[in-house]
Amino acid sequence: MNSENSTILRINGPVVFADRMGAAGLGEQVDVGTEKLTGEIIALDNDTATIQVYEDTTGLKPGEPVAARGAPLSAWLGPGILRSVYDGIQRPLDTLREFSGTFLARGLSTPGIDLERTWVFTPQMQAGDTIAPLSILGEVPETDLVAHRVLVPHGVAGTLTWVAEAGSYRVTDVIARVDAGDGERELTMLQRWPIRRPRPIGRRLPPRVPVITGQRVIDFLFPAARGGACAIPGGFGTGKTVTQHQLAKWSDVDVIVYIGCGERGNEMTQVLDEFPVLIDPRSGKPIMERTALIANTSNMPVTAREASIYTGITLAEYYRDMGYHVAVMADSTSRWAEALREISGRLEEMPAEEGYPAYLASRIGEVYERAGRAETAEADGTAREGSVTIIGAVSPPGGDFSEPVTTHTKRFVRTFWGLDRDLASARHFPSINWNTSYSEYDVSAWYAEHAALPWAALRERATALLQEDDRLQNIVKLIGPDALPDRQRIVLESARLVKEAFLQQGAFSETDSYCPVPKQLGMMDVILTFHERALKASAAGRPVHRILALPVVEAIHRMKETVPADDPGALDALKKQVEAAFEE
Amino acid sequence: MSHQNGRMYRDLRRAGGPIIVVERVADAAYGELVEILCGDGAVRRGTVLDISNERAVIQVFEGAQGLSLRGTSVRFLGKSLEFSVSAELLGRVLSGAGRPLDGMALPFDGSTRGIYGSAINPVMRDYPRDVIETGVSVIDVMDTLVRGQKLPIFSGNGLPHNELAAQIARQARIRGSEEKFAVVFAAMGVKHDDAAFFREELERTGALHNAAMFLNLASDPPEERLVTPRFALTLAEYLAFDEDYHVLVILTDMTNYCEALREMTSARGEVPSRKGYPGYLYSDLAEIYERCGRVKGAKGSITQLPILTMPNDDITHPIPDLTGYITEGQIVLDRELHQKNVYPPINPLPSLSRIMKDAIGGERTRADHADVANQLYSSYAQVGNIRSLAAIVGADELTDSDQRHLRFGDAFETRFVTQAQDARRTIEDSLTLAWDLLGLLPRDALHRVSPDELEQYYRVRGGADEGEEA
Repeated sequence: MNSENSTILRINGPVVFADRMGAAGLGEQVDVGTEKLTGEIIALDNDTATIQVYEDTTGLKPGEPVAARGAPLSAWLGPGILRSVYDGIQRPLDTLREFSGTFLARGLSTPGIDLERTWVFTPQMQAGDTIAPLSILGEVPETDLVAHRVLVPHGVAGTLTWVAEAGSYRVTDVIARVDAGDGERELTMLQRWPIRRPRPIGRRLPPRVPVITGQRVIDFLFPAARGGACAIPGGFGTGKTVTQHQLAKWSDVDVIVYIGCGERGNEMTQVLDEFPVLIDPRSGKPIMERTALIANTSNMPVTAREASIYTGITLAEYYRDMGYHVAVMADSTSRWAEALREISGRLEEMPAEEGYPAYLASRIGEVYERAGRAETAEADGTAREGSVTIIGAVSPPGGDFSEPVTTHTKRFVRTFWGLDRDLASARHFPSINWNTSYSEYDVSAWYAEHAALPWAALRERATALLQEDDRLQNIVKLIGPDALPDRQRIVLESARLVKEAFLQQGAFSETDSYCPVPKQLGMMDVILTFHERALKASAAGRPVHRILALPVVEAIHRMKETVPADDPGALDALKKQVEAAFEE
Repeated sequence: MSHQNGRMYRDLRRAGGPIIVVERVADAAYGELVEILCGDGAVRRGTVLDISNERAVIQVFEGAQGLSLRGTSVRFLGKSLEFSVSAELLGRVLSGAGRPLDGMALPFDGSTRGIYGSAINPVMRDYPRDVIETGVSVIDVMDTLVRGQKLPIFSGNGLPHNELAAQIARQARIRGSEEKFAVVFAAMGVKHDDAAFFREELERTGALHNAAMFLNLASDPPEERLVTPRFALTLAEYLAFDEDYHVLVILTDMTNYCEALREMTSARGEVPSRKGYPGYLYSDLAEIYERCGRVKGAKGSITQLPILTMPNDDITHPIPDLTGYITEGQIVLDRELHQKNVYPPINPLPSLSRIMKDAIGGERTRADHADVANQLYSSYAQVGNIRSLAAIVGADELTDSDQRHLRFGDAFETRFVTQAQDARRTIEDSLTLAWDLLGLLPRDALHRVSPDELEQYYRVRGGADEGEEA
């Protein structure tokens, strides 16, 4: 029995029940109603299918037709993904605009990439070559920054019988034929992949290479690793979104997939305004050239919000397979979890914590496990390395980190940047709390090889200083700083320098928004040099108030603005100035 | 079961709270509008919340109170809830469900729209950049309101949020421009005198002819509250995007709206999440708050100023919490400041305007604006710490810098935050005042302003230090 005569039985918000669906599969995409709204089967019971609909269901009636499309909800993979802005199920918002103008209408089914546009394809293989899944057939200059490597899809192997010559092709044009043993297959630049199924990953590599973000508190104290999973939890107003934007702008990866998942419309507009004009410091090109955006704002259908995370990660995995380092920013995973909760409620499932379904933890785990650094074997015996780093924002209700989404997320990530309301209200940004945050990724070997100054040693001394400060602050709250012995007052003052002159970083400052590693380490070196000299001078009897009145303190406070990002030599000069100040 | 014109069904299966259930309904749509004809001849309205061939679950806007299962008929109207909007509605007072309360007929040549609206395509939005000068120093300098922004007032019972909202509505202007301006006011479950206050306030200042009021009072049915903001925003969208008005939408009180939603979902037997509110409270609020902003190709804009009273002054309560996650900042009123006789009692520390950073500075307001705002925040935050320290060790034990911070804190509250209800300060005046207060602090305590700005604006104020100025 096929599903041709299926009809709607019941409509409850975004959840629709349909009969005579026995032949359809779980996860299969369906057209719902006469308007052909896009839906997906999320449960089957006998002949009745439960369908979540990705569009507003107002006006649907029982008895309207339902038709299965024969395939699960799948991403469109091929050149044209970068620079695009999609909704949660990969419909280009520009196409939706042509369809319905300012406001989003429904019932439009459209490919995720432009099927008419032509791309300049340059083959890298020829007839007679043996191919396997993920072999690179050729290249297309997708944007100024990213060369799109045209991959052999999974499930195809054999010998090439024909490869198109260099030239312009549409993504649906045949560019190669392969003798797959059981007959000839035609290959195009377009592939589909079900969004909920992780793309197979090659040989996994340990996450030991940091993602350099140019954000001091992250790179220096709590580094993210390529292929790692990171979480940024924080109540509203603690700067989650600004931090995510900063990471998207400055991270030293090849491709960024930014998922605006149930967030504000104006924030997406800001990204859309900013990214095409913001210049990447390494390539000198607009960062939009390496970015794909998924904008499913809070007032767009909640079911598409649920799908948006999977859509984004699938796109990321595809570029990883090409041999690129990709970072996925998901803002916010809490809205995604709430979408799960909402749908679960409509299904009348038994709730676990705070109304969330019992499978919340396993879903979160599945998402973060799609992160990873891996290499894919090439035909010539070499391997290309790629990674997917997932950075998920979490929006805990009331800023309470003990709520289910935050606690379950903590189980699956290894870098945790806890944003702090007190820091935020003191305008200490990024408001990443150095006591609650952590990073388990060991990137010391990379720093030892790539940085002139000893990162690990500096970090250890800075952490010790912050910890001592934290202890002293409890005393200061009771008796004030003046009652402390000189040595401890210097600790307080040096820690203040670490916090204000180093950890605070102006996202909107032209000089300070991006801080390269040499400048980061140089700055910390200056502060720790000051600390060490101040302790010595104090021990030798110099009064604290005279040490704190040194003009060099003011210079340290301002070094993030006064020292240009590309001239860390100025920090050497400052360090000498510090040393000289104590010589007198 | 009887069939008449417009698909009429007699007899209910179930009635409770705001929900009624009708059985064996054919050809009804999800979200369809229905008319409920009561035995006594009165007509109520409702929408379909859940529909199958066996039964239709209907939410009644006026509540199911007084309906009998027998003798009540339900007519399915074949459309969803609509509202006929036109600029003629300015100057009118309507009920929470869009019916006239002022004795006049509704304009009959309006444009008919579904009240639930559609999401704005994110690529069609224009980023808000035009500063609205409210004339209130602490808002203009530290939490600048921008045209197209949604900036709620988080308040508590007994705090002067109405006065502040009215003052903003009265004084709001765009620097250097005169354009079509309208106020859409939606009251949800508010007390009669609160509604009267706004009405008188708008009348007194002659703004009523540019305002449309939607009133659902505390005594009106709570179910109607669920549609009130949607009626108001349907009109606002029309005025902004079809008629080029710059619309200020005041929604009060969002807490009552959420309570009504909780009442309705609990009557339906839905699984509750935090504090009994439905799991989709966030999505539901977003549908309201996101109907705001500017769009490409339209001259007008919608700026939202929702007011909500935080239950028990708790900012982590689900209503303010979820609101804060959707809106672009918040203005938080503080009971302690109110008790100190500070009006408006805005506490700048938890307050925030997310999109001010792109709207202020150089040509838009003044080059030092952002740094001054940061410095005020930072210094005032420090004042809080020093005050608690002073409470323990006594003010005399404090360092000179701490003493000066205390003087700054008091002056900040009494001179900068405090202003009269009819006082309109320009942004320049407010910034000048801010520098005047920063002059109370030692120069080396000011890390958020640049050396150039210090050079240009910083003048030592207060007591013995005055001499340093020369």
